[in-house]
Amino acid sequence: MNILNLFVVIPLAMLAALWLSRGIKQIRTVMVTGSTLLLALSVYLAADFIAQRNAGVTAAQLYTDSWCWYPQLNISYSIGVDGISVAMILLSSIIVFTGTFASWNVRPHTKDFFLWYVLLSLGVYGFFISTDMFAMFMFYETALIPMYLLIGVWGSGNKEYSAMKLTLMLMGGSAFLLMGILGIYYGSGATTMNIHEIAAKGNIPVELQYIFFPMTFVGFGVLGALFPFHTWSPDGHASAPTSVSMLHAGVLMKLGGYGCFRIAMYLMPQAANDLAWIFIILTTISVVYGALSAISQTDLKYINAYSSVSHCGLVLFALLMMTRTSCTGAILQMLSHGLMTALFFALIGMIYGRTHTRDIRQMQGLMKIMPFLAVGYVIAGLANLGLPGFSGFVAEMTIFVGSFMVDDTFHRTVTIIACTSIVITAVYILRVVGKILYGEPVNEEHKRLTDATWDERFTVICLIICVAGLGIAPLWVSDLINNGVSDIIATLKP
Amino acid sequence: MNYSQFFAMLPEITLLAVFVTIFIFDLLATGRYRRIFHTLTILLMTAQIAICLKEVSTEQTLFGGMYYSNSMIAFMKSMLTFGALLVVLQAHRWLSTSHSYYKQGEFYVLLLSTLVGMYFMISARHFLLLFLGMELASLPLACLVAFDKYRHNSAEAGIKYILTSMFSSAIMLYGISFLYGTAGTLYFDDMATYITGSPMQTLAMVMFFAGLGFKISLVPFHLWTADSYQGAPTIVTAYLSVISKGAAVFTLFIILTKVFAPMTDEWQTMLYIVTVASITIANLFAIKQKNLKRFMAFSSISQAGYIMLAVISGTAQGMSAMVFYVMVYIVANLAIFGIIEALEKHYDNVELEHSHLNALYRSNPRLAFLMTLALFSLAGIPPFAGFFSKFFVFMSAFDAGFWVLVFIALINTVISLYYYLLIVKAMYITPNETPIPHIKCDSFTRISLGFCLMGIILLGICSFVYINIDRMAF
Repeated sequence: MNILNLFVVIPLAMLAALWLSRGIKQIRTVMVTGSTLLLALSVYLAADFIAQRNAGVTAAQLYTDSWCWYPQLNISYSIGVDGISVAMILLSSIIVFTGTFASWNVRPHTKDFFLWYVLLSLGVYGFFISTDMFAMFMFYETALIPMYLLIGVWGSGNKEYSAMKLTLMLMGGSAFLLMGILGIYYGSGATTMNIHEIAAKGNIPVELQYIFFPMTFVGFGVLGALFPFHTWSPDGHASAPTSVSMLHAGVLMKLGGYGCFRIAMYLMPQAANDLAWIFIILTTISVVYGALSAISQTDLKYINAYSSVSHCGLVLFALLMMTRTSCTGAILQMLSHGLMTALFFALIGMIYGRTHTRDIRQMQGLMKIMPFLAVGYVIAGLANLGLPGFSGFVAEMTIFVGSFMVDDTFHRTVTIIACTSIVITAVYILRVVGKILYGEPVNEEHKRLTDATWDERFTVICLIICVAGLGIAPLWVSDLINNGVSDIIATLKP
Repeated sequence: MNYSQFFAMLPEITLLAVFVTIFIFDLLATGRYRRIFHTLTILLMTAQIAICLKEVSTEQTLFGGMYYSNSMIAFMKSMLTFGALLVVLQAHRWLSTSHSYYKQGEFYVLLLSTLVGMYFMISARHFLLLFLGMELASLPLACLVAFDKYRHNSAEAGIKYILTSMFSSAIMLYGISFLYGTAGTLYFDDMATYITGSPMQTLAMVMFFAGLGFKISLVPFHLWTADSYQGAPTIVTAYLSVISKGAAVFTLFIILTKVFAPMTDEWQTMLYIVTVASITIANLFAIKQKNLKRFMAFSSISQAGYIMLAVISGTAQGMSAMVFYVMVYIVANLAIFGIIEALEKHYDNVELEHSHLNALYRSNPRLAFLMTLALFSLAGIPPFAGFFSKFFVFMSAFDAGFWVLVFIALINTVISLYYYLLIVKAMYITPNETPIPHIKCDSFTRISLGFCLMGIILLGICSFVYINIDRMAF
């Protein structure tokens, strides 16, 4: 039994258990047991993976396995992980685990909420362990569709509009993506859907690459908040319930970056090299524009959503620079942004649950009222603007150093432009922190509010530990993803 | 004459036996015996499916090549009968109402005679037999559409159906006569050798296609669809939308690849335009529909367009993708119609609109859940069967080189997702001032919905279904 299968089997078992469970206690038991198991499993996977690498195993993919699914169409359910996927699985497990606690008191229809939530995480795990394009695409879409109901039913604000917009834009993206996948499959001679076999053959004609690379990249890029396809993100995040925002910004948006790297760039290296400039320009716009938009927002979630656009843009930006350092930075940024945003959205959800407003103009002096949440918010903010010691610093540093290494004018110029986002980030983070946390409480009703409960404290502390841990000891992640990144870079820059 | 050769037509013979038994039962049974009528029909149909599936049919040719059957065709027949069985299962409530109770027998007999017609359509290797089968499949359908004749709408729908049906049959017959004129034969195999692509034959093909296009309700032959679907009793609409469409699609595929093989370029061009039009126009119209059955009519037109993506390839891969698509489409669509039928009971047979589904989820979570899965399956969302069938259809068209067509179809899936989500939204999100009470389905409907649910979830994931279909293709 391949250990990776458990990442699909456990969520499936959770779905079945949830379906049968009665009452809130049983539902919570199922969720906590399941997500703890998944977390433990991913920690074990990461540890074992590093141990194997240290023992000198150099195969690109470990734990590989394959089962023929649709033999006539060369579709198989094949799995395997490299360091990048392991890192992503670890991230997903942390978010799913903390998200469970962040949605401790979801009402109404708690059971159905968790059913869709688990289906979403099933899709995410499946995506990261698959090495077959069909299975990957299937899991990818499986992760997208529960968002509609999660936002539509349990969301807040203009939820119907946001849910529809998000779903349709992401599905529109996956229409492009499917086109790209079919193009890759037939371009490579229609003999296999396995990513690594296709990459090994490397026989997709260049003229086909020129057609299908942009399609695949845009397809994944929509989820990675690529400008100008990012508009679903602010609305979607603002309307989503807390844990869904966490999972979506924390993990789901990473599917985009991961897919761009693993499928679009890895399988069509020639087009990736030739057409990268178009997407570099777009991602630079994402980075700067996202940050600038965040400044002018007054809704906490909108601020964070635009900040996500900026940071996820940075991931794609770094990947397109195609140096080893920048790509390592991109993976680090995915991890770091995933944890930070999850922390941010968790805190915003908790604050909103108390004040019933997310408008920063109506809040002030929260530090005195709910010190725990406020301190958590400050930490999240500092991590977000890249304070040394937190994960954000390591990631952005690596990205900009790696990007600057490409020595031509175009790449250096855009790197410098993208760098400005660091300053802009500081502006919008400090503005919010100063506005809502410090000063005297203005709203009389806010004075009666209470601080975090145990489940909320637990969520926040877990995430802060992860953010700080990644910032203090980033090297083990580099060890983890080293081989994976080198393989893909070797294909891109032979 | 050796009568044993008739056993090669086992599906037809057994179905006729069922047909005759029901007919006699209807004549003789009185009083309490009539109460078991529904159960009896279901048992007989199940037995028929079982017998046909057990008989692993190899290639059979009868009547000098007029009738042909192989394992794929036998499978297709069983699939259609199974679909019809699901429809009959759902019909229990409707057939127990005072209006239809004494017409039960008529319903079964008419339904089964259309099924026999479809059997012959699929198996035909001669245009005469094909035409005969097609008429046998259409005429009783018109009666079925007008079954609730006390309702104005139903009668009107019946008239519309029969007029358009006859019109298209006439055009098709005209096309066949052209073919006969140029080729001098009506056998498919012989005719293929005389097909040269002359203007006369092109015209014949277009006319022939128009006839079948009507049955499949492709744009521009779709104008009857919305009205007939809306007016017909829901059970009949369900039957019309899946079974009769499935048979026609299969026939079209056979004829295009067998008879018109030398004219592949011509019919591919034609089909290209028709496919794009069907998918796009139907999608755009579906967005605006408020009436559920009209909505499903446009949805089924666009689904027919997707099936055409498999037909246009004309390859073995396309054939298996098509049969698989029809199969998945049957379970998903019947699930939706089953739920509509159950809801109609509650609303006392008013015409259902989207707003009647509001907040269905609060009182009937299971129905709402099944409906959601069925809609997701129609929209092609994984991990439900519809995703797989759509993917295979796209693959087969892509394989044949129709990249742009696939792209257009893909963009259209997003539009279709929008209008399917509108129903999901009504069920889950929109509040309702007069909540729907808990709806209790009768056990027959439940069995039928259970099969649909299993189909929606398992058909894609369990790949052996597709693998076996693919083995039988061509």
